[in-house]
Amino acid sequence: MSGPTIDANFALNIALLLMLVAIAFAVVRTRSLLAAILMMSVYSLASAAWLMVADAADVAFTEAVVGAGASTVILLGAILLARGEAERVNWKLMIAPGALAVVVGAVLIYAAGGLPNYGDPASPANSHVGRAYLEQTYGDIGAPNVVTAVLASYRGFDTLGETVVIFAACIGVALMLGFGPRATLAPPTEIPNDQHVVLRVVAKLLIPLIALFALYVQFHGDLGAGGGFQAGVIMAVAIILHALVFGLRATMAAVPVRLARTVAALGVVVYAGVGVVCIINGGGFLDYDYLFSPRIEAMIPANLLGDPSHEHHWGQHFGILFIEIGVLLTVSATIVTMFYGFAGRTLETIEAERRG
Amino acid sequence: MAEALHWIGGALILAGALLSILGAVGVLRFPDVYTRIHAASLTDTGGATLMLLGMGLISPLGFVMLKLLLVWGFIMLTSPAAANALANAAFGAGVRPRIGTFQIMGEDKPGGSGPERSGEGTAS
Repeated sequence: MSGPTIDANFALNIALLLMLVAIAFAVVRTRSLLAAILMMSVYSLASAAWLMVADAADVAFTEAVVGAGASTVILLGAILLARGEAERVNWKLMIAPGALAVVVGAVLIYAAGGLPNYGDPASPANSHVGRAYLEQTYGDIGAPNVVTAVLASYRGFDTLGETVVIFAACIGVALMLGFGPRATLAPPTEIPNDQHVVLRVVAKLLIPLIALFALYVQFHGDLGAGGGFQAGVIMAVAIILHALVFGLRATMAAVPVRLARTVAALGVVVYAGVGVVCIINGGGFLDYDYLFSPRIEAMIPANLLGDPSHEHHWGQHFGILFIEIGVLLTVSATIVTMFYGFAGRTLETIEAERRG
Repeated sequence: MAEALHWIGGALILAGALLSILGAVGVLRFPDVYTRIHAASLTDTGGATLMLLGMGLISPLGFVMLKLLLVWGFIMLTSPAAANALANAAFGAGVRPRIGTFQIMGEDKPGGSGPERSGEGTAS
């Protein structure tokens, strides 16, 4: 790091961070809300690239699929309900918020000087609990990806909270934008015109592949980057792509609104259910070591994952697998429900306008 | 041998990056939506192809190469389709191609058949 040579990683960091600043200014400057949303998507992609440079693969993955993918589509659905342009704001009204932003920014930059160096082994985050995770994960849980082990096992209760928060968002959007008969649309009566034949062919090829990739991310989560959150969003994006290309009515016929809502609730039930099973078998809530009673555990063949010599923690392994499935169900169904809420409302408005 | 492959691979990645930069210049400099889409999509696909080829030469033979091949297939599938969709949407929204200072295919039709009119004003 020291010396006159410029580290390539350092240069990449600076370039990406400058890009983020430039995009942020562009977002603030533009008055077209559509352009702002698209630039926010670019911002997410650039920050995902930066997180990747910083070796935070799981976070980068989440940022790319949630920030650049799902939230962009949902915001685009929402923008059609609003006017496409922001109003010009009197500059006098900007003085106080601008001054506040400058002060807060200055405080943050000052505070950044007190942060430990990036990757500093003596920093608090790396020396106490983080170090314990790194040292003990493989012995305790046997998952190569420490991030997944921390997320799903050590802090399984926190992740349950996050899943419930996502479910709450699903309920909130459904309550605001149509719970009840208005939310469902009749299946399509007419075949759409053939203007978008290229898109339809490509989408038909891609949607199954995207869904398959979601399952790969899901079940590969304790080996590499990924897990239920990322997989859920990817699965939802496959469904949203179907809606964008084949029309909302066709998608609502394939994945009904009622199904999406039920699955969103089911995910939380699966997650919490795993915790309850652990209690029944004599452990604490979400204590996966007690997931299987000894009789069931004895029935699992030792060579299930190939290597019988390594001592496997089957409870941990399957516990993480099950709760990640719960996360997948809730996240994907929530995003689909939110998309249905915004897009269905938009379609309803457009058709009401057309009728006069 | 491996040394030479590294150099060739590096050169290909650099060429791909340069092509992508050329594409960005094209997007900024070309006169209308369609030529801009053309610049963006051709250099996007071509630049990615060159870069992936370069990475394939650098990476060891095996699983990584298969992954790179899959990424390449994905880009070849999505990038042209996205360009097509963009051009299709622009035409549907009433944006007409423009060459030089005159309109070769007539005036723009504001509020064309598309759901929303996407002008050039958003490009900054």
